Amino acid sequence: MTRTGRLLRRRADHLLTGFFNGLVSLVDAIMHPLQNWVGVRGMAYIFVLPNLLIFGVFILFPMLLNFYYAFTGGTNLFPDQRPFVGMDNLTRLFECGDFLVPNSCREDLFWRAAANTFVFVILQVTVLVFIALVTALILNRNIIGRGFFRSVFFYPVLLSPVVVALIWRWILQQDGLLNALIMALGGERVAFLTSAQWAQFWVIVISVWAQMGFYTLILLAGLQAIPAELYEAAAMDGAGNWQSFWSITLPLLMPTMLVVLVLSMIRAVQVFDQVFAFTGGGPGTATLYMVQYVYVTGFANQTKEYGMAAAASLVMALVLLLLTVGQLRLGRTSGIS
Amino acid sequence: MKKVLLLLALLVLGLTSVAAQDNVELRITWYDDGNEGTVLRELLDRFEAENPGITVIVDTVAYNVVLEQLPLQVEAGEGPDMARVTDFAAFRGRYLDLRPLVADAAYWEASFPAAVLQALRSEDDTSAIHGFPNQFTVTGPFINRTLFEQAGIEVPSDTNDAVTWAEWTDITAQVAEATGTPYAIAMDRSGHRFSGPAFSEGATYFNEDGTITMDTPGFRLMAETLIGWHTAGITPAEVWIGSGGSYAAAADFFINGQLVMYMSGSWQIGRFSNDIADAFDWQAVPNPTGEGGSTGMPGGTVMVAFGDTEHPEEVALVMDYLASVEALKEFSERTLFIPGHLGLGELDYQTDVEAAKAALTAFVAEVPKLNDQAYELQYGGRAFAINNPIRDRLTQVLTGELTLDEAIARIQQDVDDALAASGS
Amino acid sequence: MATVIDFFTRTRGKNRLHMTDFLTYLYLAAGTLLMFGPIVWLVMSSFKDRAELVRFPPRFLPYHQETVTLPDYKDPLPLFRVTLDDGSVRTLAQVRRVGIEAQMIDPQNPEGEVVRVNINQREPVESIYFSFENYTRGVTRFNFWTYLWNSVIVTVAATILTLLVNSMAAFALSKYEFRGRDAIFVLTVSTLMVPISVILIPVFLVITEIGWTNTLIGVIVPGAATPTGVFLLRQYMLTIPDELIDSARIDGASEWRIYLQIILPLARPALAVLTIFSVMWRWNDFLWPLIVLTRSELFTLQVGLNSFQGDLQTQWDLVLAMTVLTLLPITLVFAVLQRYITTGIATTGMK
Repeated sequence: MTRTGRLLRRRADHLLTGFFNGLVSLVDAIMHPLQNWVGVRGMAYIFVLPNLLIFGVFILFPMLLNFYYAFTGGTNLFPDQRPFVGMDNLTRLFECGDFLVPNSCREDLFWRAAANTFVFVILQVTVLVFIALVTALILNRNIIGRGFFRSVFFYPVLLSPVVVALIWRWILQQDGLLNALIMALGGERVAFLTSAQWAQFWVIVISVWAQMGFYTLILLAGLQAIPAELYEAAAMDGAGNWQSFWSITLPLLMPTMLVVLVLSMIRAVQVFDQVFAFTGGGPGTATLYMVQYVYVTGFANQTKEYGMAAAASLVMALVLLLLTVGQLRLGRTSGIS
Repeated sequence: MKKVLLLLALLVLGLTSVAAQDNVELRITWYDDGNEGTVLRELLDRFEAENPGITVIVDTVAYNVVLEQLPLQVEAGEGPDMARVTDFAAFRGRYLDLRPLVADAAYWEASFPAAVLQALRSEDDTSAIHGFPNQFTVTGPFINRTLFEQAGIEVPSDTNDAVTWAEWTDITAQVAEATGTPYAIAMDRSGHRFSGPAFSEGATYFNEDGTITMDTPGFRLMAETLIGWHTAGITPAEVWIGSGGSYAAAADFFINGQLVMYMSGSWQIGRFSNDIADAFDWQAVPNPTGEGGSTGMPGGTVMVAFGDTEHPEEVALVMDYLASVEALKEFSERTLFIPGHLGLGELDYQTDVEAAKAALTAFVAEVPKLNDQAYELQYGGRAFAINNPIRDRLTQVLTGELTLDEAIARIQQDVDDALAASGS
Repeated sequence: MATVIDFFTRTRGKNRLHMTDFLTYLYLAAGTLLMFGPIVWLVMSSFKDRAELVRFPPRFLPYHQETVTLPDYKDPLPLFRVTLDDGSVRTLAQVRRVGIEAQMIDPQNPEGEVVRVNINQREPVESIYFSFENYTRGVTRFNFWTYLWNSVIVTVAATILTLLVNSMAAFALSKYEFRGRDAIFVLTVSTLMVPISVILIPVFLVITEIGWTNTLIGVIVPGAATPTGVFLLRQYMLTIPDELIDSARIDGASEWRIYLQIILPLARPALAVLTIFSVMWRWNDFLWPLIVLTRSELFTLQVGLNSFQGDLQTQWDLVLAMTVLTLLPITLVFAVLQRYITTGIATTGMK
């Protein structure tokens, strides 16, 4: 940057700071009487209030309403027009010959979705964390253009789930790019979107593709926070690379890993829009997950069974709650919080 | 922080926009398949010129929005004044009664099929007028005639009025084999598309007593035909298996010359005449014949007015205009739609493509063959409750998740559940 | 195997190993291809006309068939390279095609005799052609500028609102002792895991009762109290020493002044991260605006894009082109801010 440029910038900064300070004084002048009235402690409530209000009206209250919906039937939207049916919806969900065989259940789709979600969470989180870790380790090496590559891996994170799905559908369809490449190399056309296994595979691949950049950055920061002296000391004690990876890198990276695990798990359980736009839950029900089941039952279907959808989301919320508590326990016992 | 204030100011400006004006502003929620939105807009421009003081705004959305979001918005009292819909039953009881508002109610009754007008009415009502069909469709198959010629195989419907699905399956497979075409036969992923052939094979859904039975030999026969295409690998699996919960068309395969026979419907004509151009000769052939006759499914879209409108008189003016012979004639001729109006007379379709004109004639010839079951399914208010489970459960058979027996039992259960929930 | 282990366990400042360096750059090159390849493919496809889009095998560059306009014919005629029966090859214009026979004429000599050839004897004459019509047609039919404006308003306003209310709440939750604090915090965090798509209907009911359907406020406000934001900011603010606040109080600063002049500047990295999140969420948000907005002058880009999907046909040429356009703004923002974004996430992610 040229000298004049720097000067101009400093000017602008100065102006902005002045403006900000003026604003602070203004707010202060208005708020001071308020603080005199409620006291310093009372101000805490003032600070929490706006968020709490929005939270209460648009998250908490709807959740309570949803809870009520779970015990009502019919297709009417307004709660006062919906007949109370008690536990009917929940019993219908749990009407099962054998809980491990979705076909034996009255709501077979619910149980398929539950099973699919379970498998997805485990596989996706494992693959995602592994690849993000490898990429972070590589980016942590002494490489040229680290900033560039960091951005490259991060870019897909910015894309909307719908766009991600569109891009990949375009590539994976029967007459898409990937099949053209395979055939150019002398292979047979592969039905990526019409085979259950392939669809499940690609759902994981594209969600890893779209999210790994974010977790890579977090892990990279964790790696860079490990003091280099530790490695030097280990090397002096004659430890090999592999040894110092196990005894230094991994243990010190553990807190960051836990953050990554928890975050990626939350997102995996909530998987919906990307897959919905990508496979629509198909082929058949191979990639039907819990949130999509709820969405379709209560919303996308022409017969909108809000009650059933709400009941299913209730069950889901309970499972999630248990999971969260479990994770917190795990974090606490292993000494990381 | 300065930006914040600026943006807040802009926001407030944007939100309090045009609230109070003398001008009456009406809203149509619309979706597009081809050029019909453009034609509608031109018609409305003319209407606005003749009726200063009324502005009609067309909000074009995805078809899925009309199916999923619109019912919710209308039920909450936040819907538009008018809309183009296909699931008429979803809005029953929320429509505006146009009878006292339109210029000549007798014209409406004489011009549009009674079944469509009745399909919009609430249960015990027999007189209200809520809208009109602006597009009538019939389902039926198309063939790629050039492929038949190249294979040196005669098109069976040239000489035989009653070709069966089994015969078509055989012959198209031979044509595909002889010409090196990847796929012989395909059907859109849709319960609506499946039902016509099923009825032709002798299926019935509706019993005399008002109940519904899905498990009939004709239904099984057609389901097995569809499954057979997939096991033989003569149909593009992407259509039925590759697209989750929603509708999917096989049109691209046909346009691309990769498909010999394509079961779809009259609405494809406009697109085919644009996109196929003269790459090959295409033709609409009669619906295949079985024990139940040779029926397709009627269908199409209906333009409706909603009761929550604040300007019923103006809405009636717009509806009267769009339902007029003049407007509908132009609309149909330019969009290559079969009109839902009974008295338009000879239409002069605006296309140079001979195949398109021939196909329109062929589909019009299918209309008298539509059977009662087909009409009941389309206009009886239960279309979506039946068609969607057929589509989804048959797909599960194709992927091996269910046997056909299980699937039919599930379809029955899904239909019963949906009807029980909606209280009909 | 040993090299692989070396490769992953190497850290900065050690002796160079050629093999691992090679592997590193191989990995990064492959990664770049995998990350950007699909997007490049999308961009290339967006320049193809309809016929080229459905072609198999697809080609990287967009092509179109060349045409020639002749005086006696209303429409331009497509050009073909025809192999005649005597083995010679000529470039001819096709007048019409009947069945498997094509009727061609010589564009140099349009009055000359009509040549009839089998359609398998001709190859279209093609040239590289970027179909910008997809974009121009899309932008006119799409109200691109209106949607862009709405998306910008929603994204900016919602992000500012989110930052404000979340940071205020996080400040209170991290720096004050008050009755109900833990309850509020636990309540907030426990909703972290609930996907918003599950409570769409009840939230829509609330919006309807307030009268916010078909307003941008209805899109902006409901998502502002993000549990993620509160959680993230609170965790970060916990690391700000209390002494700073205490001494400011002794100096007579009001609580608002402390919040604005001490807490906010110190929490800048965390605020930066939340900004990115919020911009991303709001720019890409789709399901919620779709329900709230029915009037097209209020549509955001994502909602508008969705409207290209008709009942019976998806207009791929327009969808792809408009998708690329929706990517542009966020890509530009990223290109300008990428250093702050990546380092911002890195510095707060682990707190």
